[in-house]
Amino acid sequence: MTDLTMHRHEYDVVVIGAGGAGLRAAIEARELGMRTAIISKSLFGKAHTVMAEGGIAASMGNANPRDNWQVHFRDTMRGGKFLNNPRMAELHAKEAPDRVWELETYGALFDRTKEGKISQRNFGGHEYPRLAHVGDRTGLELIRTLQQKIVSMQQEDQRDHGDYEAMIRVFAECAITDLLLDGPRIAGAFGYFRETGDFVLFEAPAVVLATGGIGKSFKVTSNSWEYTGDGHALAMRAGASLLNMEFVQFHPTGMVWPPSVKGILVTESVRGDGGVLRNSEGKRFMFDYIPDVFKKQYAETEDEGDRWYTDPENNKRPPELLPRDEVARAINSEVKADRGSPHGGVFLDVSTRLPAEEIKRRLPSMWHQFKELADVDITKEPMEVGPTCHYVMGGVEVDPDTAAASVPGLFAAGEVAGGMHGSNRLGGNSLSDLLVFGRRAGLGAAQYVDSLSRQRPAVRESDLDDVMGFALQPFETDVGENPYEIHQELQQAMQDLVGIIRRPEEIEDALARLEKFRERATKVKVEGRRQFNPGWHLALDLRNMVIVSECVAKSALERQESRGGHTRDDYPAMDAVWRQVNLICSHPAGSVEVEVKQQPVPAIRVDLIALFDRGELAKYLTDEEMAGLPEGDLTT
Amino acid sequence: MSSTPPLRGDSAPTLPSVDASAPQRAGTDFPGRARIGERTLRTDRWWLQPLVTVTVLGIFILYTGVRIFMRDYYWVEEYSYLTPLFSPCLSDSCAPGSSHLGTPLPELPFFIPLPFLIFPILAGFRATCYYYRKAYYRSFWLSPPACAVAEPHTRYSGETRFPLLVQNAHRYFFFAASLLLLINTYDAILAFFPDTGFGIGLGSLILVANVALLWGYSLSCHSCRHITGGRLKHFSKHPLRYKAWTIISKLNARHMQFAWISLVSVMVTDLYILAVSAGWISDLRIVG
Amino acid sequence: MSYAAHFRVWRGDAGGGELQDFSVEVNEGEVVLDIIHRLQATQAGDLAVRWNCKAGKCGSCSAEINGRPRLLCMTRMSTFTEADTITVTPLRAFPVIRDLVTDVSFNYVKAREIPAFAPPKGVAAGDYRMEQIDVERSQEFRKCIECFLCQNVCHVVRDHEDNKDSFAGPRYLMRIAELDMHPLDEMDRTKQAQDEHGLGYCNITKCCTEVCPEHIKITDNALIPMKERVVDRKFDPLVWLGSRIRRRENV
Repeated sequence: MTDLTMHRHEYDVVVIGAGGAGLRAAIEARELGMRTAIISKSLFGKAHTVMAEGGIAASMGNANPRDNWQVHFRDTMRGGKFLNNPRMAELHAKEAPDRVWELETYGALFDRTKEGKISQRNFGGHEYPRLAHVGDRTGLELIRTLQQKIVSMQQEDQRDHGDYEAMIRVFAECAITDLLLDGPRIAGAFGYFRETGDFVLFEAPAVVLATGGIGKSFKVTSNSWEYTGDGHALAMRAGASLLNMEFVQFHPTGMVWPPSVKGILVTESVRGDGGVLRNSEGKRFMFDYIPDVFKKQYAETEDEGDRWYTDPENNKRPPELLPRDEVARAINSEVKADRGSPHGGVFLDVSTRLPAEEIKRRLPSMWHQFKELADVDITKEPMEVGPTCHYVMGGVEVDPDTAAASVPGLFAAGEVAGGMHGSNRLGGNSLSDLLVFGRRAGLGAAQYVDSLSRQRPAVRESDLDDVMGFALQPFETDVGENPYEIHQELQQAMQDLVGIIRRPEEIEDALARLEKFRERATKVKVEGRRQFNPGWHLALDLRNMVIVSECVAKSALERQESRGGHTRDDYPAMDAVWRQVNLICSHPAGSVEVEVKQQPVPAIRVDLIALFDRGELAKYLTDEEMAGLPEGDLTT
Repeated sequence: MSSTPPLRGDSAPTLPSVDASAPQRAGTDFPGRARIGERTLRTDRWWLQPLVTVTVLGIFILYTGVRIFMRDYYWVEEYSYLTPLFSPCLSDSCAPGSSHLGTPLPELPFFIPLPFLIFPILAGFRATCYYYRKAYYRSFWLSPPACAVAEPHTRYSGETRFPLLVQNAHRYFFFAASLLLLINTYDAILAFFPDTGFGIGLGSLILVANVALLWGYSLSCHSCRHITGGRLKHFSKHPLRYKAWTIISKLNARHMQFAWISLVSVMVTDLYILAVSAGWISDLRIVG
Repeated sequence: MSYAAHFRVWRGDAGGGELQDFSVEVNEGEVVLDIIHRLQATQAGDLAVRWNCKAGKCGSCSAEINGRPRLLCMTRMSTFTEADTITVTPLRAFPVIRDLVTDVSFNYVKAREIPAFAPPKGVAAGDYRMEQIDVERSQEFRKCIECFLCQNVCHVVRDHEDNKDSFAGPRYLMRIAELDMHPLDEMDRTKQAQDEHGLGYCNITKCCTEVCPEHIKITDNALIPMKERVVDRKFDPLVWLGSRIRRRENV
C-alpha cells in the first residue's frame, strides 16, 4: 500500500478516452505536429463506440440526391426539440460528409450503392436515408478504422524517427482520477494503470476529454462499465461546467430477457429495415403516439407506413421511426397499461416483415445476439424489447468551433460534451458527432498549445500528494462498505427515481439518497492489492457516478417541462419559455454539493432559422420570439 | 522520475525475449503464463475425432496399398466396368479391353503396381488437399490433436520448410487429378455401353455416383476456388468468374464432407468391381 | 430456477496460482460472466477479469472455460448441467497478469508490423468507388472483434513460444488477407505474408475458425486464399526450379 511509485510522461496533448472522438482528436493533434498520448480505460480498440450499430449520419446524398446539410441540420434541431447549440448542429451537419469520406482513405469499407458509392440507410428522425453503415456493426468499423489509422501513423513515425511511439502513444488500461491545474490552466492529468496499480502523471498543457457517457449510473443500460461519467466529473472538479444534464436518452429498444442481458441494445435499424412494434394485443400502437409537432411527417395508417419502405417519395414514414424519446415513452405507456409482453417489454417483430435470408443479411449481429443470448430466432419470432439508458445529451459546456471548455487547456468531444444534441439525439448523429467534434477538439487543442508561446503550465508537486491520497483512500479504511453494493443501490435509485418519467418528490428522494451515497462512497473498503483490482477501480469510479448523478437529478428537478430525454409527470408538455433556458451544473470549489444555474440558450442565427417555416417554429418558440422573426417568408 | 524499472502497464508493448539456448518448457507451461500444468482442461471427448480419422484413413491406406499390387479383378469385361483406382490402365500388362487409351507402356515387372503412374496423382491430390492436411496433421502428427490440447512436439516449423513446402503444389495435383477424373467419367459412361449393347447395372450406377462425388470433391477444392476467381482483386470486372466462384465457394463449404464421402465411395466402387470380377457376386442388372 | 453451481476459477499471477473452488448462485438466463461478477460482488472482491460490453461485441472477456477458449459473456450457463463443474482459466498462450487477465500485448506488437492500408494515389476522399461484391470478402474479416481467441488457440504460438517472433497469428494474417483483397489497396502483400509474417507456419488445422465468436471463416476465406496467392507468386514449381538452378550456379 505504501508503494508510491509514479511514472511521469510529458506530452503536448493528452486525450482521455480511446473511443471514436478520442481517436479522431488524437489523429488531428498528431497531424498538426503535437506529441500526443491516448489514454484508454480498456484495451486499445475496445471502446464503447464498437456498440454503435446503425450507422453514421452524413448528408452525402448518395441514396437521395435531395439530401444536404440544411436538411440534416433541420432534422437534428427537430430531434433535439430546438434546444441544440445551433452552431454545433450546423458544423456537424456541414462537416459530417467529409469526416465519413476521410474514413475511406483510412481503409474503411462501408456497404455500397449500385454506383459504388457509400450506401445510406433510413433511421428514426432523418428525412432521407442518411446513415453510412456496415451491416449493423458500424461502430466496430469506425473504431477499427481509426485504430488502424493510428497504427499507420505510428508506422510512419517508426520510419522517420525509429520509434513507433515517437509522436503518438496509446496508454491502455489506464484511468485518470484527477486533472491538475496551474492557476486556472490545465497542467496535467493524474491516474493509475489498471494492470499494475502504479500511478502515472501526464504533464501536458492540453487535455481532451473523450470519455463517453454516464449510463452505468442506471440499472438498465446499454452502456459498458466504462461509462461512469469520468470526463464529466473530471471537468467539474477542474472547474468546468456541465450543460443540460437532465437530458438522458432511453433507447426504446433494449433487450428485456433474459435478466443478465437486460438493457443490451437492439439496433434502430431493425425498425429502419421494416420491423414494427406491437403490444400484447397485436396492435401497432405507435400510430396512437404521434405528437402534434410530428403529425405532418408520419403516416397515419399502416398501409401508408408500409408503402413508405418501397416508395418513400410518395408516402410518409411509419411512426415506429419517430425520434427515440417518443418511442421510448410510448413503450413505457403500453407496458404501464398492461399491454406489454411477458417479460415487461413490447414486441418488436421483423420476422413477418422480411424473408429470413434478408434479415440475416441486413441484421447479422442482431440475429446472432438474440440467438446466442436469448435463444430467440428473430427470423421466426418477435423480439421482446423495452427502454434502456443509452446516451446522455448533457455534457461539458464547450465552445462549438474549438471544443474548448471554460478551463483553459481543457477540451471535450463526443458524448462527454454537451449542446450538440439538444434534448434528444437522433440515431446516427452520435458517430458523426464523434468524428466532427473529435477532429475539432484535436485542432482546438493543437492551436491552444501553439499559442502558449512562453512558459507552459506546470504541475505543483503538492497537488500530487493530494490526488494520490484521494486515490488511495479506499485502502486506508479497515471497516467500510462493499463498493459493489453502493453501486447497485445507486443504479436502482437513479433508475426508479430519475428514470424515463420523473416526479419532483421522487427526484428529491433521489437527491437525499445521493447525499448519503456521496458520504458512503468515501468510506468504501477494498480488499487485496492495487494490481488489477476491480473493487478499487469501482470505488474510484463510484465517486464520479455520484457527482454526475447529482447533476442529473438537480437539473431534472429544476426543469419544469417535458422535452426530449426529460419527461416530468407534473409538467407533461413542452414549454417554449424553457426552450430559452440551459441548465448549467458546476461544482464550486470548496463545496461538497453541485450547483445548478439557468443560462440563456444561444440564439439561432437568422440564416439558420430561415431553414424552417413559420408554422413549425411556432411549435417551439415563444410568441415573443416569433414576433421578433424577420418579416415575410422565412424559407427562401 | 521513478527509479523502478518500468512495469508492464507503462512500458511499450514488446515481445518477451526467448533464449534459444535455454531448455524450452513445452507449450502452455512457458514461464510467465498461468501455471495450470494440465495439457488440457477440456472435458469433452476431444480425442474421438482424431481416433475416427486415424481409423478411416488407416483402412483406406491399407486397402489401397494392398489393392494396387493386385493385378487382377479391376476390370469386368462383360459390363465394361473399370475400377477408378486403375484408370487409365496404360501398360501391356493390363487386362485385354481395359486399356481404352492404348498401352504406351511395356509389360511391367510384378513389383511395379499397374497404376504406378496414376496412383501417385490420386494420392498426391488428397495428401496435399487443404482438408486432409488438417485431418492428418491433427490425427497422425498430433499437431495439435485437438484445439487447446497441447501437442507433444518441442519444435514446430509448420509448412515453412521442405518437405512440407511441397504442399504448395496442390493445384498441380488438382489439374492432374481432374484429367484423370475426365477419364473416370468416360469410364462411367462406357459402363453403360458394354460390347453387348446398352445396359444398366448396379455397377454402372455405382460408377456414376462415384464420379459425381469425385467431381464434387475436385470442384470444391480450395485451389479450384482460387483459380476460378479467388485470385481476382475485383470480382466486378469478371462477372462470369465471380458467378463460378460463388458456386464453387458454396461447394467448398462442403469440401470436408466431399472428402470423406468420395474416399469411401472410391473404396466401395473398387470393392464392388473386385467382387463382381472375382465372381463373388454377380452384377445386379436393371437393363440389359 | 436458481441453483448453486460448482466453479473452479484460476487465481494467481505470473509467480504462480491455483484453481480455487467456489459454490455460487446461478439464475435462469445467465452467462458465465454474470457468475464471475457475482463472485466479485460477493466472495472475491478483487477477482481480476477483463470485460466491457457484455454483448459479444468488444472481445474483452476472452478466457478458457472447461479448457475451451471462449468469451465469458457469450457462454450461457444453460449449456451446462447443474451437476457440471465449470472451470475458468485465463488464456494460456499469453503471459498472465492476474487471475483471468492476461497480457495480450503480443497482438498489438503484431498489429503494428502489418503495413497499413495503402490508399490509391490521386484519388481524393469522396471519390472512392467500390462495388459491393468487391468489398464483401474484406468486410467479413473486418467483423473481427479482436478477442484474440484465435491467437490464443493457435498451436503455432500456444505450444511454441519461440515462434512468436516469426508468426503473426491468424488474426493478423487475416488482416493481411483483408488488405490484399481490399479493392483499392495498392500494396502487394503476398510475399510479406509468407516471408515476414509466417503464413507458412499455419498448418490449417482450423482451430482459429473453430473458436471465432464472430464465426469468421478465417481458414477457408483468409488463410487458405492467402496461401494460394503465395503459391502464385512464390511456389510455381517452374519458377521455383529456375531460381534454384540459378542459385546453384552462383554458389
